[in-house]
Amino acid sequence: MNTDVAMILLQDGLVSGAIYILLATALVLVFSVTRVIFVPQGDLVAFTALTLSAFEAGERPGTIWIVTFAAGIAVSLEMVEAARWRDRARALQSLLRFGLVPAVVILAALFLVPKTAPLVWKMAVSAGLITCLGPLIYRIVFQPMAAASPLVLLIAAIAAHLGLNSIGLHAFGPEGVRTEGFSGAPLALFGMIVTPQAAGVLASSVVVVAALYLFFRFPLRGRALLAAAHNRRGAEIVGISTVAAGRTVFVLAGLAAAISGLLIGPTTTLYYDSGFILGLKGFVGAIVGGMAVYPLAAAGALLVGTVESFASFWASAYRDVVVFLLIIPVLFWRSVSVLAPEDGLE
Amino acid sequence: MTRASIRFAPLIALALAALSPLLLPTYQVAVITYVMIAAVACLGLVLMTGIAGMVSFGQAAFVGLGAYVSGYLSSQLGWPAWIGLACAVVAATFAAGLIGAITVRMSGHYLALATLCFGISFYFLVGNSEMLGRFNGLTGIAPVSIAGLELSSERQTYYLVLVMLVLVIAWCRQLLSSRTGRVLRSLRTGPVIAETFGANAHHYRLMAFVLAAVIGAIAGWLYAHVQRFLSPTPFGLTASIDYLFMTVIGGSGQLWGALLGAGLVTIIKHELQGLLKFVFGPTTRLELLVFAAIMIVVLQKARKGLWPFLEQRFAPHIAPVADIEPAMLPCRCAKPEHGLTVLSASHLRRSFGGLVAVDDISFDVKSGEILGILGPNGAGKSTLFNLISGVLSRSKGELSFLGSPLSKVSARDMCRRGLSRTFQHAALVQDMTVLENVAIGATHLGRRGLFASSLRLDRAEERQLLGWSMHLLDRVGLADKAFELAGNLSLGHQRLVEIARALAAAPDLLLLDEPAAGLRTNEKAVLSDLLVELRAEGLAIVLVEHDMDFVFGLANRLMVMNFGRRIAFGRPEEVRADTGVQEAYLGVAA
Repeated sequence: MNTDVAMILLQDGLVSGAIYILLATALVLVFSVTRVIFVPQGDLVAFTALTLSAFEAGERPGTIWIVTFAAGIAVSLEMVEAARWRDRARALQSLLRFGLVPAVVILAALFLVPKTAPLVWKMAVSAGLITCLGPLIYRIVFQPMAAASPLVLLIAAIAAHLGLNSIGLHAFGPEGVRTEGFSGAPLALFGMIVTPQAAGVLASSVVVVAALYLFFRFPLRGRALLAAAHNRRGAEIVGISTVAAGRTVFVLAGLAAAISGLLIGPTTTLYYDSGFILGLKGFVGAIVGGMAVYPLAAAGALLVGTVESFASFWASAYRDVVVFLLIIPVLFWRSVSVLAPEDGLE
Repeated sequence: MTRASIRFAPLIALALAALSPLLLPTYQVAVITYVMIAAVACLGLVLMTGIAGMVSFGQAAFVGLGAYVSGYLSSQLGWPAWIGLACAVVAATFAAGLIGAITVRMSGHYLALATLCFGISFYFLVGNSEMLGRFNGLTGIAPVSIAGLELSSERQTYYLVLVMLVLVIAWCRQLLSSRTGRVLRSLRTGPVIAETFGANAHHYRLMAFVLAAVIGAIAGWLYAHVQRFLSPTPFGLTASIDYLFMTVIGGSGQLWGALLGAGLVTIIKHELQGLLKFVFGPTTRLELLVFAAIMIVVLQKARKGLWPFLEQRFAPHIAPVADIEPAMLPCRCAKPEHGLTVLSASHLRRSFGGLVAVDDISFDVKSGEILGILGPNGAGKSTLFNLISGVLSRSKGELSFLGSPLSKVSARDMCRRGLSRTFQHAALVQDMTVLENVAIGATHLGRRGLFASSLRLDRAEERQLLGWSMHLLDRVGLADKAFELAGNLSLGHQRLVEIARALAAAPDLLLLDEPAAGLRTNEKAVLSDLLVELRAEGLAIVLVEHDMDFVFGLANRLMVMNFGRRIAFGRPEEVRADTGVQEAYLGVAA
């Protein structure tokens, strides 16, 4: 291997790493607020690319039906609950929240996205559809069992992944897609050839992570989320609704997944079931940060991207094996350092 | 249902299972065979997930390991299947031992994710291995043969699988009702109970992990020699998830749950597949959506699975009852003579960051004495308990036990040296019987381990340990509740069971953390009598309690703590007259 190849591999690794950073950040976010390890996030990434590709082909993406189906379930669950408490205000509120918002996006997707529409609009509608799925999944799967242990929530998350996987095959079919991305002539930067796609991915990733950081620092809603993440019980006592916190964080997770899907779509062929492995790689990054520390999680995600890129050069068949076996020493190190023998028992 | 019919239900089920191949068409027989193989794999998961509380998304990898080891030996080297079985078990033991040594230290979801990662890796490793036929698979595996008879027809393999299933169930049952099994069953509540009574929790977690892998490998061996063709797909992540879901849906806490789950899930999936293919075309996988929905509803509404639900419905209140005579342990060492110093502490100190929870505490306890520790909430009493019992390490100070100084000790060592304790919040294993809970206390007095209990060589020792536990239940007045589930007892009774369990460790020093909290007046009197008796036998007792009358009535000496410091130490009447104590409790300068 010469330096040129190494530089190309490194660049590739950084670009995938930038996408894994988004996934890792969202996973850490969701875990710290709800203790859910959001495995289905990867599925949402794949669904975004599949949705966009359907728009590009001038078809109606299957996502529309998935969102309709999920919103139907969520609204009926909410109605049953509202009827039990005889709470009319709540019924109205949840109709707006789980009925009207998805309905607007669905109608836009059905009627306002002709084949000739600009790419940005298609991207926006795809992202809108996927973002809707985040809070819907939270309402259906996780909210009724919010108090369960992280382990039980993990099993539920895997079940949710399985469900999305099977509905994905039904809605999108088994074909793989590649979407359009940032176009333009390659740039020369510090003696390296950088494609516009790579530059765009890196820039978008930085912007999104920065936006998330600002969201947590400044608006009251963001700080309420942080409070819920630190201490669930305490947050509830001072009047922060942990249900609302969970919902907000799943909106963010849906959005992050959608953006990752838009960024990764042009570089890799994605199938309905490609998401799981992607999600897991973001996850390995998140684990490096102990599911809690954002800068470390970002570093972990970059590491995963780079390892994967070099592994695919040396032993492409074992690429995923290398990445997943990498997690075991990392997990070991994390769990030993988390269980620092002295404190934590009181 | 009556007690007798419950008792014979497994036998009736077995007779039905033995007869069914004669009555059913070949196709059904083959389906049931695969259900039973899945049930074997799930039994491993019940041990690991339901019993020991570790979730695995990698069970199919161990099934695959067993299948590929025996399959390779059979198809490439022509070795007989029985040698393949031995090799599969050895390979699983080594692989799981190695992976487990790294991973079982991890807590909860970290471990689950590690199993998920090696589960995926196994699939890719096998799929890319030339030797194992890559994704095309391995063909030409010989059937199992017994005395020259090759078991190759559907009915023959059915009986092979049935026999193995029955053997594995019998093995698991045997194991779970032994000394080893009781510790395994306590792990779901965390490592604290095991460690307090002298068992190495990490060691037992590793044991559960290896057992699950070995049972998985047995299932894999069956699969290889029934199917006689192997490809990586049935051992991928999806299969691991299937096994886990079967176990959780069936009821992960019970062995029967594995059978129920494997049967239900396989049949539902199969039927749904047929139906949905008819509606949505041949390539649909929508049955997985239904399956996922069932799983989520089970997790939301009936987390313990379907088996406990059925049990409650059809056979409530039928607990197994055995005939156990109360007995003393034959080899109990003599108690130290009265008045000997059992524990002495000097200048103990423990800080958490900037907070000093225990500051410069010195005291001693003699055998045949009750030392009461008093103090307002937050005075450092519980921290002091944890320092003495080895749960926490001290920042400074000296401790000695029966004359020998303690440098760095764990809760486990302290139990073996002769210290035993109860907890402020009763920590019993709710779904074990009262007698079994008490017997956990005697864990370190037994010697028989995994192999002895697998082969039923532990019966004599079991009789002693259970008899000894019965004797102690008798002493705390709960002998009539011995076979009830601990979770069904009132809080007061649970505290008494804790005391019996602590006594089962045959201690020289007993630490009681608020034993009278939650007890009624007459129960307190019974407890008080018991403690007086124990003191007369030469036991040293340290008592933390808020009930003043109770403490002053019992204690020979008292120590009062406030803000981590000792503010008084002496006979009850001296302490009562102490101005510092009055100030701490009444908040005024007396």
